[in-house]
Amino acid sequence: MSGTLIRSSSPTRDKGLIRHAPLSRFGLLKRYVSPMLLVLLWQVACSTGLLSTHVVASPFQIALTGWTLVKDGTLQTNLLVSLARAGVGLGIAFVAGVGLALIAGLSRLGEDIVDAPVQILRTLPALALVPLFILWFGIGETPKIALVALGASFPIYLNLHKGIRSIDPKLLEMARTLGLTRTSTIRDVILPGALPDLLIGLRFAVGISWLMLVVAEQVNAESGIGHMMMDAEDFLRTDIILVGLVIYGLLGLISDQIVRFFETILLSWRPSHRAARSA
Amino acid sequence: MNAVSQVVALSQRNEAIVVDGLTRRFGNGPAVLDQLNLAIAPGEFVALLGRSGSGKSTLLRTLAGLDPVTEGSVIRPRDVSVVFQESRLLPWKRVWQNTVLGLPGANQRAHALSVLEEVGLGHRVDAWPLTLSGGEAQRAALARALVREPAFLMLDEPFAALDALTRLKMQKLISELWGRHRCSVLLVTHDVDEALMLADRAVVMEHGQIHTDLPIPMDRPRRHTDPRFEHLRRVLLESLGVYDD
Ligand SMILES: Nc1ncnc2c1ncn2[C@@H]1O[C@H](COP(=O)(O)OP(=O)(O)OP(=O)(O)O)[C@@H](O)[C@H]1O
Ligand SMILES: [Mg+2]
Repeated sequence: MSGTLIRSSSPTRDKGLIRHAPLSRFGLLKRYVSPMLLVLLWQVACSTGLLSTHVVASPFQIALTGWTLVKDGTLQTNLLVSLARAGVGLGIAFVAGVGLALIAGLSRLGEDIVDAPVQILRTLPALALVPLFILWFGIGETPKIALVALGASFPIYLNLHKGIRSIDPKLLEMARTLGLTRTSTIRDVILPGALPDLLIGLRFAVGISWLMLVVAEQVNAESGIGHMMMDAEDFLRTDIILVGLVIYGLLGLISDQIVRFFETILLSWRPSHRAARSA
Repeated sequence: MNAVSQVVALSQRNEAIVVDGLTRRFGNGPAVLDQLNLAIAPGEFVALLGRSGSGKSTLLRTLAGLDPVTEGSVIRPRDVSVVFQESRLLPWKRVWQNTVLGLPGANQRAHALSVLEEVGLGHRVDAWPLTLSGGEAQRAALARALVREPAFLMLDEPFAALDALTRLKMQKLISELWGRHRCSVLLVTHDVDEALMLADRAVVMEHGQIHTDLPIPMDRPRRHTDPRFEHLRRVLLESLGVYDD
């Protein structure tokens, strides 16, 4: 009886294993089948003239244009300009957001002074400030960087401030019974405890900084991916516009991955991250 | 950010704990501690019992300097440690870093290692706290308390969240550690057997005062089968309002 049981159970399990591996690989492929089909359909529609190139360029044309733009250096030049604007703006936002959140999070007086104005300012749509920024800062790099910095500093401030304020009071109490100094409490308890929230804020900030950049470069710019796209509009070059879109998409994707990478490194103490990395 | 509230006086020569006429109320409510008196001799192990909400934790928090003394006086040694029901380890510091957190001096890791070895956690020194089992986490919390060489150790239901088997092991561990370190101990517990196994004296709180003060004159190691154990158990349960016929 038991012999039959063992014999009947082990072959089914083996079969299940064998079938499982190709299934999961196919499952991964399956995720890309539908997008690839769509691209194919798009190409067919363009090639047969169903879709006018004035409306949208074909995928093949986009790839070709992308390659040409790389070869003559246009893409790299504009990409570097855009990257620099986003990077500098984000850097300023990080310093300002973290600085203000520390002031507001670590002292009552700081909270009274900083938090209310920031909460009021954040209700303003940052993009509505574009005309004002151009008036103030002209049409150089400053208004674009300022716009990115402004938009990106709010999520950093808000999340870090929330993180500091919501530290487990039991841990703060423990710090007191252990006789930790104020410096040590901030360094060992408050800041590491708020780090997950800071990283969430940073991810939002990265997303927002690309959004800000798109607008800033399309409204008034002499260079950058956004400018390249606006330029193309004048010549009805949908292929160049779409190359710009692809670049924006890739930039968003890559920068998000970079922040995620920092999360796995810095938050390795969280069980979920460890499981994700070992898997 | 001082560990010791200003109003808690520190005993210098003898490391005794003396609570005198301590009264504490929250807002305009009734007094949770009402003219409470309690003395713990140096090296004495006292178990504190009482029904839920009777003010045990409030007393312990006052002794720890976490709550202010507004009425009455508290004298206690300077070096105290507290272990709560939850381990309260910092999740972002490894176990050994948690144990020596805030301690001055070099060679901290070696220091931490020896204490963790002592509480039976030598194999998990580099683990992240969130990966510890409940029992392991409480061992780590105990190590963090002991590494500071307290003259007075306060334990607020430290094993309440553990399973029965682990709890027995932890009681044995506490007993051994106390035998070696000989600090004064105040153990808050709901477990009458735990009190009788460990303490020199069991005190029961009621209406904000020490209502029963029961010496436990049994030699160690103690056994549940000891006839005196059965007798003391009944006395203690009765003082907690539990009568069995
Ligand atoms: N911060 C607080 N604010 C208001 N009331 C409080 C506060 N802390 C405790 N109390 C009240 O004081 C009383 C005693 O609480 P305490 O935590 O000391 O009880 P306990 O004896 O430790 O109970 P348990 O055995 O359930 O842990 C309770 O009625 C509780 O509601
Ligand atoms: Mg309690």
